[in-house]
Amino acid sequence: MRIVVASGKGGTGKTTVSTSLAQVAAEAYSVRFLDCDVEAPNAALFLHPALATQREVGILVPRVDTQACTHCGKCAEVCQFHAIAVVGQTVLVFDDLCHGCGSCTLICPEQAISEQLSVIGVIDTGLTPEGIAFAQGVMNVGQAMGVPILRELKKWTPEAMPATCDAPRQPLEIRDAPPGASCPVVETMRGAEFVLFVTEPTPFGLHDLKQVAAIAREFDLPAGVVINRDGIGDDAIDTYCAVQNLPILLRIPLERRIAEALASGQTLVDAAPEYRTLFKDLLERIVARMNA
Amino acid sequence: MKLAISITGQTLDSPFDARFGRAASFCLVDTDTGSWTVHANPALSASGGAGVQAAQFIAQLGAQAIVSGAYGPKAYTTLAAANIQRFLASGHDGRTAADILTAFKSGHLATADDATHGGHHGG
Ligand code: SF4
Ligand code: SF4
Repeated sequence: MRIVVASGKGGTGKTTVSTSLAQVAAEAYSVRFLDCDVEAPNAALFLHPALATQREVGILVPRVDTQACTHCGKCAEVCQFHAIAVVGQTVLVFDDLCHGCGSCTLICPEQAISEQLSVIGVIDTGLTPEGIAFAQGVMNVGQAMGVPILRELKKWTPEAMPATCDAPRQPLEIRDAPPGASCPVVETMRGAEFVLFVTEPTPFGLHDLKQVAAIAREFDLPAGVVINRDGIGDDAIDTYCAVQNLPILLRIPLERRIAEALASGQTLVDAAPEYRTLFKDLLERIVARMNA
Repeated sequence: MKLAISITGQTLDSPFDARFGRAASFCLVDTDTGSWTVHANPALSASGGAGVQAAQFIAQLGAQAIVSGAYGPKAYTTLAAANIQRFLASGHDGRTAADILTAFKSGHLATADDATHGGHHGG
């Protein structure tokens, strides 16, 4: 089962929800947590994994053999990202625009193009104290291409799952989505089975919720909503959810105690144990919807 | 020589467009004869790399010089590799391509000797 926790914008408490959900789920499932916010991963600050391995992720960028190249321009024509340009007797490659799709290499009639690995980020993996298999993608500073890292991150399978004394557990994957509603969010949702939206009851929250909800609808994914800082704004979110048939699965009121605990790197369910039951209930409702 | 000017319309009397990669079109003028043609900028719909695509387009048109308001690093590199001279003009004073042409002929335009802005995210 694969659950995406998304929010549209940053700062709505998405990671608060995803990390607590993971901790509660770890009691019954074999949990795999993927921090997909490759620009600014922060779930590790709450789940405290012991990061044991690091692997570089890159894309294959073209390198042109100037001896063999006839400057025919076919590579530049085929590149939809304008990462390769042929002007006069020069071929220019802009690594930061290149998506590593390989089209230019394939089309070059002179076989003048070879491919070279360009590292764009890393994937860190490790185990949390509760035995959650944790992985995060981290994009190198100055890179603009998060999607290739996400693709690799999604392929990751923990080598050795934590030993459990009871019967083999069902695997459950939780993906903490990046903020926004662009390609990386789409890639995070691709292949998932449920999306949990975390929002806050403000006009901004509603605006961003609409955007991510549209992506989930494209994928035809069942979804549900968590309202964070419940009570600070209006009921426009409630109205929207009712119209869209989006169930509101949990409401978290704004509490100073919670905010302080989060600021010190505790998860919500660690800081406020009464939420454990609420999150268990949330998980059950999600699982029920996925199996429906 | 053949001079390209970034513009927002369809003729030599159209307003100058200070954006390079996102200009609506380019007016290509023969500075010796005064004859001109207008070419829609294919990079207008590019999601990334608009500067590179526009620069390549200008090169394919056979321009030897370009006047625009700013060049990102990749557009600059591509124009330089194509041996196209890069001139700068301000987009704030409501000039037309014809006005830019006059300024160019009288030698009143500054040259861009480096990228004029940091560029945009490639996405
Ligand atoms: S397709 Fe090959 S030969 Fe043609 S310009 Fe590109 S690199 Fe050179
Ligand atoms: S690999 Fe793909 S994106 Fe990169 S330069 Fe070649 S065609 Fe363009």
